[in-house]
Amino acid sequence: MSCDLEYSVVHSYFDGELSAIRAAEFKHHLAHCSGCMDQFATLSSLRGSLKYARLYETAPASLRLKIRWDLQSAGPTPSWSLPLAWRGLAGAIGVFLVVLILWRVIPGVRKEEDYQAEFAAEIVDAHLRSLLPGQITNVNSTDPETVKAWFARQVKFAFPVRDFATDGFALQGGRVDIVQGRTVAALVYRNREQVFNVFIWRARESDGSAHTGTRQGYQWIDWRKDSLEFCTVSEAAPSDLERLHRLLSE
Amino acid sequence: MLNAEDRARFEQLVLPHLDAAFNLAVWILSSRTDAEDVTQDAMLRAFRFFEGFHGGDVRAWLLQIVRNTCYTWLEKNRRMKMTDQFDEELHMQSSATPESIAIAGDDHERLTQALQTIPPRFREVIVLRELQGCSYKEIAAIASIPLGTVMSSLSRARRQLHSALAKRATGADTHEL
Repeated sequence: MSCDLEYSVVHSYFDGELSAIRAAEFKHHLAHCSGCMDQFATLSSLRGSLKYARLYETAPASLRLKIRWDLQSAGPTPSWSLPLAWRGLAGAIGVFLVVLILWRVIPGVRKEEDYQAEFAAEIVDAHLRSLLPGQITNVNSTDPETVKAWFARQVKFAFPVRDFATDGFALQGGRVDIVQGRTVAALVYRNREQVFNVFIWRARESDGSAHTGTRQGYQWIDWRKDSLEFCTVSEAAPSDLERLHRLLSE
Repeated sequence: MLNAEDRARFEQLVLPHLDAAFNLAVWILSSRTDAEDVTQDAMLRAFRFFEGFHGGDVRAWLLQIVRNTCYTWLEKNRRMKMTDQFDEELHMQSSATPESIAIAGDDHERLTQALQTIPPRFREVIVLRELQGCSYKEIAAIASIPLGTVMSSLSRARRQLHSALAKRATGADTHEL
């Protein structure tokens, strides 16, 4: 049976986009036109397959988090609070100092500013990733020896693992992470409600001075010792971070 | 300049459509990783343009921004041909590969692969209509095309998808024989 109707009318009817009058007309037509009926059946089966295949992609939790931070940082602040101003200033000074030091230590490298920003971003990202449910530790133990033995199998460098529970920083365990394409060890400590990540990797340079920085409200301290680089990051107050830094450096 | 109140309003009105935004980006870009970056960028843009949004269909408004961000990104990063021509030859060949036959059993894979063979501009109308349940009017607003073009695009897109699926099925049969 031939049909003079435009092909898209079947689609409009199928999608409920025809006016009531035209829909009624088409419904009548459909009962008598096998061509349109076939098309209608094809459309139904196609919709069924699409629905059944579960093709809808939902946004990962990490993206939701990132967007929330973007909004926080993009949000202009007519009532610029002092703590925020301080944080910004401390961050700027921190990054400036780090850049200055690196500029002297590594001559010939011209993109230290980019590098530092990238470093801070990656460290904070790694810290935040670890806070997602189930991500914090691969080895879940408060026993330094257990954690140390686990790391011996995972990474090619050795480092001391200690628990500072008596000083308020309880060892939670560790995991292996990737920062700037490098495999790094991450020790996890908890002080009251705050989680501290300590990232450790083999240092390129042996330089004792510590650098600090802040990004998105997270602080980090980075230092090198015995050809290892350490970077601890947390949401906690800078003074708490400094305490952990001192304990780890002892 | 947006203030804290605007931000709260944005979070309340726009953020609930993040999944829709991400889904559209995944299907236009054919990559979850790229879609994450582009959606993040688009959300930030939406936030900056939020002052210009004076009520109405917030999802369509957001998806329009997402879509534009996707195409800008594609032009910059991939310089892909966004041809409106459905290349019969190409799809004949691609549907006959052993890989496509092997996946014919899996519905998710099968539909995904078939959708990927149709041009982005047709794929997006299918995604908007079938996956996101948008009306023709919404699709017209999101894709900035006339209503008549929505209808013709959608019928062509469905025809292409159907034929891509049919070819795969035929390929599988041939293989079995």
